[in-house]
Amino acid sequence: MHEDLIPMLLTGFGETLYMVVLSTVAAIVLGLPLGVLVVITSTGHVLESPRLNRILGAVINITRSFPFIIMIVLLLPLSRFLVGTTLGATAASVPLSIAAAPFLARIIENSLKEVDRGKVEAALAMGATPLQIVRKVLIPEALSSLVLGVTLAVITITGFTATAGAIGAGGLGSLAIRYGYMRYREDVMFATVLILVIFVQGVQWGGDRLARRINRNQHRLG
Amino acid sequence: MITINGLNKQYHTPRGTFTALRDVNLHIEKGDIFGIIGLSGAGKSTLIRCLNRLEEPDSGSIVIDGREITRLVTHELREARKKIGMIFQHFNLLDSRTVQGNVAFPLELAGYSHKAIAQRVEEILDLVGLSDKAGSYPAQLSGGQKQRVGIARALANHPEVLLSDEATSALDPQTTSSILELLADINRKLGLTIVLITHEMSVIKQICSKVAVLDRGEIVECGSMQQVFSAPSSATMKLFLEHSALLQGYGAGI
Repeated sequence: MHEDLIPMLLTGFGETLYMVVLSTVAAIVLGLPLGVLVVITSTGHVLESPRLNRILGAVINITRSFPFIIMIVLLLPLSRFLVGTTLGATAASVPLSIAAAPFLARIIENSLKEVDRGKVEAALAMGATPLQIVRKVLIPEALSSLVLGVTLAVITITGFTATAGAIGAGGLGSLAIRYGYMRYREDVMFATVLILVIFVQGVQWGGDRLARRINRNQHRLG
Repeated sequence: MITINGLNKQYHTPRGTFTALRDVNLHIEKGDIFGIIGLSGAGKSTLIRCLNRLEEPDSGSIVIDGREITRLVTHELREARKKIGMIFQHFNLLDSRTVQGNVAFPLELAGYSHKAIAQRVEEILDLVGLSDKAGSYPAQLSGGQKQRVGIARALANHPEVLLSDEATSALDPQTTSSILELLADINRKLGLTIVLITHEMSVIKQICSKVAVLDRGEIVECGSMQQVFSAPSSATMKLFLEHSALLQGYGAGI
């Protein structure tokens, strides 16, 4: 074992964590409204608008069809504009967020669609506005499923960071490629993979636990 | 209290046009428990859902307490709905909220203060006999208890009318009876007008003061309970009466 291994891994993991957290937050900020809008503009829902629904659906599908590595290249100018550089973890978070947002929007859409139509109708009959229905009915009723969706997104974003690492984002993926692959440092390769496996397990465990906790009351039988 | 005039509603499907309501005219007095009975597909649900415009009628007018519901624009309709309570066959409670939270929901929408909400929730849970379940979640309640929460929620904001959309159809006969008793009790205590739809004759018999019979989208008979029961004029009502007599006959032998 080389003595540079531990500090290298710490820095790498720090960068990965930073990218994942920043991109997840940004992806929620972009993806949540998108997912909500797709649901409520669908036929028979509280803000029915077939045209807007089709447009949003197309936007999501188109952005989702780009391979991530192409997305990074395409968004280089945007990263430069927003962050001032195309290198580093912050710059990489721009394409990461934009790639994850439509993915998350679809997951959120699926969760919100599961909310029983009758609950929405009851709220309408009580004079709720569309915004109140989103805030007080759709999101709280789908919360445990939304938590699982965000967990899935975090794990997907973690995978994306490795790709981003290949072209200058830093993080564990970058270590694995630059040292593990290009310099035949098997210890680096092994350690990065191990850390990622543990990290993903931990995220899934935490997400499951949180979702169960939210769900417990709602489905506990008397 | 409620006047329905010339109400029409059609559904357009790829397979053709279906007439759900045809020239429906009804007058419901304040304090009535008004039952609308009909077979499946007769248009009962469409009719009651037109009263708060969960369904949009094609033509005709609905006036509730002097306000023409059918002419209201979106935000006016929302305000009007806050004074029209509704209960449902499948209760439609929010699973993420406790009993207390469910009853508080319409009060939050109406902009009550926290203090006023807490006070009103306590009052109304007492009225439906669920004070001890305030902190329970719907999943922990029986069907009858869930419907009591539904009723409490519908009554929380002091409505003028209560619409009951097959509210007892998912309940067993005993529970049905206790829920109907509660509705009759509320009608007496609060003078609340209740409009209910059902396909069960026993529901009508137990609590309604007036009844209308809906058959394929048309009102074929309407009057006080005594009138309709002693001298039914429509084939549908005769069928219902025969059937319920038959069931009672069978029931005696079970």
